[in-house]
Amino acid sequence: MNTESLGTIFLNACLVNNFVLAYFLGICPFLGVSGKMETATKMGGAVMFVMLISSMCAYGIHAFLVSIGAPFLQLISYIVVIASTVQLVEMFIKKISPALFRSLGIFLPLITTNCAILGVALFQTNKEYGFLESIVYALGAGAGFTLALVLIAGLREQLDFAEIPKISKGTALTLFIAGILSLCFMGFAGLGA
Amino acid sequence: MSIITAIAALGGLTLLLAIMLIVANKKLYVYEDPRIDKVEDMLPHANCGACGYPGCRPFAEALVFEKSLPGKCTVSTDEGRQSIAEFLGVDLGAEEKQVARLACAGGTNVAINRAQYVGIQSCQAATLVSGGGKGCFWGCLGHGDCEVVCDFDAIIMNEHGLPIVDTEKCTACGDCVEVCPKDLFSLQPISHKLWVACKNLEHGEAILEDCQVGCTSCGKCAMDAPGELITMKNNLPVINYAEGHNTQEPIQRCPTGAIVWLDDNGTVVKGKESRKIIRKGARSLGNS
Repeated sequence: MNTESLGTIFLNACLVNNFVLAYFLGICPFLGVSGKMETATKMGGAVMFVMLISSMCAYGIHAFLVSIGAPFLQLISYIVVIASTVQLVEMFIKKISPALFRSLGIFLPLITTNCAILGVALFQTNKEYGFLESIVYALGAGAGFTLALVLIAGLREQLDFAEIPKISKGTALTLFIAGILSLCFMGFAGLGA
Repeated sequence: MSIITAIAALGGLTLLLAIMLIVANKKLYVYEDPRIDKVEDMLPHANCGACGYPGCRPFAEALVFEKSLPGKCTVSTDEGRQSIAEFLGVDLGAEEKQVARLACAGGTNVAINRAQYVGIQSCQAATLVSGGGKGCFWGCLGHGDCEVVCDFDAIIMNEHGLPIVDTEKCTACGDCVEVCPKDLFSLQPISHKLWVACKNLEHGEAILEDCQVGCTSCGKCAMDAPGELITMKNNLPVINYAEGHNTQEPIQRCPTGAIVWLDDNGTVVKGKESRKIIRKGARSLGNS
């Protein structure tokens, strides 16, 4: 078992080992849905929700698989659970807010293949977190993902009005910012486990 | 033994999730107007965006809810548009067919290259290297980016390296307008026959060294044109189509053939004066 406090786990997942900027997981929505602050926050919220649900499910499934002596089914079960959760979230958002559904577009179903979410499920199992710790870990990872998305969305919104060399406009500029942001987060390295 | 456990565990898990999703699908069902699906089926599924909407489905939604008119779809056939209009009980809202027109006539037979470009065969890439090496800075580079980008095979490069637009196939989706680094393409109503096939902003005959069919901004066309049909602006004639004079007169006055008449059957009619200078053979590279 592990001895970290819940606060450490949260900060660790959110800042020190930020999923996007330190582990480079979930880069697809990071580049794709970071054009506008509004959609970025909502995408962050959706990812955080899926992380939370799939993390809880992953904990239960892991316990179940260990008890029947088939831990090798871990990966495939996680994928199935994550895919179903995303389907559920998709239907839910379509029902509650069609506008958000449209602005998230293809990136909503793509949460299914977002490696950050599978990452959360696998890391928490590897680190042998308990139920409460798993939830805090998922919340931290989700918060970190949202933070990264909001940071880059804010920068991109500002840079839309800036005069920049034509050749670096668009995706190139986004990648520049992503790289610099990632460098900034390297400052946290070594603070956690 | 473990294989049975695996099958049972995974089967049970997926069954559970499937039931959950089925229930959620029923509970969270969102009513959508069934007409949207039907209208979408009638649209051409090109998702080209020429109508101003992101794709065929958003356009179908706009047709059903926002009273957009089927005539906006330039890709669909006349019958297709008609059937959508009848299905929804709205006006056709016919808009005149538009086609892409190229504002350059300087093929390799009449225009020279000052430098030979040997990199990636793409106008976008060639432009980055000092404008592409063509003598005329504004002219068509002829690497055929427009031919590649056209989803409807409406653009074919001719033997002189100029794109020829098939007005039958052209749907005015605007892809070529966007891709051309020299901004030579524009969408024009098909009834606009009189056309300035040049975009060089140079004043006087200097351009003739680089291209024999360039506009020398002599202004003869503007002077003789009836009414306000043609005015000179930035050393180029600008045709005021609202004047409604569809006359071939200006092309006879043009000494270089920069103004042309585009016939319905796709042929380009040039004035008598200009016909003389269209040479048979291709021009060689370098100074002439």
